[in-house]
Amino acid sequence: MTVLSIERLRIEFPLRRQVLVAVDDISLEINAGEILGIVGESGAGKSLTGASLIGLLEPPGQVSSGQIRLNGRDITNLTQRELRKIRGKQIGAIFQDPLTSLNPLLTIGRQLTETLNAHLKLQQSEAKERAIDMLREVGIPAPEQRMSSYPHELSGGMRQRVVIALALCCNPELIVADEPTTALDVSVQAQIILLLKKLCLKQGTAVMLVTHDLGVIAEAADRVAVMYSGRLVEIGPVGDIVENPIHPYTKGLMGSIPVIGAHKHRLAGIEGAMPRLDDRPHGCAFHPRCSHATELCRSQQPKLTAIESSERKSACHYNDEGKFR
Amino acid sequence: MANFIVTRILQSAAVMFFVALICFCLFRYVGDPIVNMVGQETTIEDMEALRQSLGLDKPVLVQFAHFIAGALQGEFGISYRLQRPVSELIAERLPATLELVFVSAIIALTLGISGGLLTGIKRNAWYSRLVLALSLVGVSLPTFVVGILLIYLFAVTLNWLPSFGRGQVVDIGWWSTGLLTVSGWKAIILPAVTLALYQTTLILRIVRAEMLEVRRTDFIKFAWARGLAPRSVYFNHALRNTLIPVITVTGLQIGSLIAFSIITETVFQWPGMGSLFIHAVQFADVPVMAAYLVLVALFFVLINLIVDLLYFAVDPRLRMSAGH
Ligand SMILES: Nc1ncnc2c1ncn2[C@@H]1O[C@H](COP(=O)(O)OP(=O)(O)O)[C@@H](O)[C@H]1O
Ligand SMILES: [Mg+2]
Repeated sequence: MTVLSIERLRIEFPLRRQVLVAVDDISLEINAGEILGIVGESGAGKSLTGASLIGLLEPPGQVSSGQIRLNGRDITNLTQRELRKIRGKQIGAIFQDPLTSLNPLLTIGRQLTETLNAHLKLQQSEAKERAIDMLREVGIPAPEQRMSSYPHELSGGMRQRVVIALALCCNPELIVADEPTTALDVSVQAQIILLLKKLCLKQGTAVMLVTHDLGVIAEAADRVAVMYSGRLVEIGPVGDIVENPIHPYTKGLMGSIPVIGAHKHRLAGIEGAMPRLDDRPHGCAFHPRCSHATELCRSQQPKLTAIESSERKSACHYNDEGKFR
Repeated sequence: MANFIVTRILQSAAVMFFVALICFCLFRYVGDPIVNMVGQETTIEDMEALRQSLGLDKPVLVQFAHFIAGALQGEFGISYRLQRPVSELIAERLPATLELVFVSAIIALTLGISGGLLTGIKRNAWYSRLVLALSLVGVSLPTFVVGILLIYLFAVTLNWLPSFGRGQVVDIGWWSTGLLTVSGWKAIILPAVTLALYQTTLILRIVRAEMLEVRRTDFIKFAWARGLAPRSVYFNHALRNTLIPVITVTGLQIGSLIAFSIITETVFQWPGMGSLFIHAVQFADVPVMAAYLVLVALFFVLINLIVDLLYFAVDPRLRMSAGH
């Protein structure tokens, strides 16, 4: 069952001199219980895409066209009041830095119960009980005592568990997790990802997992969407994308482009940097960094097209060659 | 935490000790206190007798100890000008000043915090810009000008409010209050507003600046993402996190309300300690000046102590670090 469907989403920043297009023509779907990873370099528009789902784009950023549907309901142009009923209740959000996501002046218990009370009609004792259950669920030891702890009394990993508890406490249908492990110790990262995966599977929650860590993607995601300079360049099942990418950018990202002249399959990153929003090249935004770029790439923007006999889509003029290269 | 408080109290005591030392020097070495106390016709013998009876012939250290002991009991000697115990004069004047400062502080806090919230939340609305522009006027106009303008408008032209005095007062023990009568309230409005104006704008600006700062933090973004109501996000989360700087500034400002009240009391002929002090300065009435200085210092120290305790009440991180 499709929980989230985004159609031709476009996010703009109307500035004085010009309109910056940060995200353009993004279409994707996430099913119940499915984890969709979104990867791409910093600045690709991943966070904006996530924030637009819950109407939290910072002005002057705005969704200028396209549609966001949650369980079939169009939520693109809701009022703040209507959005408030969705935030935390139907769509839970997890942000990058657990150290700063929690209010330092309020107890863990208070932050949990206020979230529960914002959405559910609960007695005080019920809310407290549910908060404790939630803490237990995310693997926090001695949850009763932790209720009266302040964020600074917990480690980074524990705080991110609390953040997850906060995002999941009202049983949302969708979780948007924006780099949930980037700020954490490497040793803790895997635990947090596993926890997220376990809980979402259990509740049948759909997850949009934004990250630039391919390890995390390989570990957790069912499908992957690759973003470059505000657009989708490739989307498909995780196995295909990781092991057999089609788009040259994805290949570079996966570090699997064989360097010409090298004897073995030496791995190389991608030379150069992603273009700035106000300085996008004509045609395919990736062409200045692509070793296979042709005149066609320089003049025409490729469309995201389905790859025959697979569940994949890729946005390269040379999709077909890419498959065999 | 207990450690911290004890340290703070000791520091406060040290501050008070030095203030007392300064006041003592003022008393002892600005002119001869005996000459100041007696009339022209007093004989040398009588003056010597008075000197002995007051202990002013003793070594300076003993005199200082005496002064401290007196000050601890609220005794600061006899006013040169009025020939009455300073403690009596203070007791008469203190309620007027404290009530004025209290009402001003309430005005400044209420208007300052609500104005700061409004302009911090609706930062681009026309009314926010208006409030900010007005607040600039508030910081730039001197107190006495504001006072005179208000008197001209509300007392002279409109004749709504009295321009001087406290109105009718009611005695409760030694405390005389003007807050229980209509004329008392009418009388306190103009001076209190005048006194509060500067502090209001200062508090407003700091609350606004802090709100703008806090709004950009991750935990506010996360609070929105959890679907909390704006009321909760702004008050429970944002405002609470602006409180530490606000408390700091407000504490200092209430201290300076007491100091600034000298001007306001003069403009409005308010029978408080400020006007007592001004007269004392004019007549070099040193015991009164000394007592006033000690008292004002005491208020400052007490307010600072309260501010420190409020920090602990607001911020759990301080409770923890100070506990170790
Ligand atoms: N307030 C803003 N004004 C102008 N540009 C912005 C603003 N916020 C983000 N952007 C731009 O949008 C692009 C995408 O940002 P983001 O979604 O945060 O990228 P990421 O993929 O790293 O999460 C970036 O190039 C960034 O510079
Ligand atoms: Mg990001």
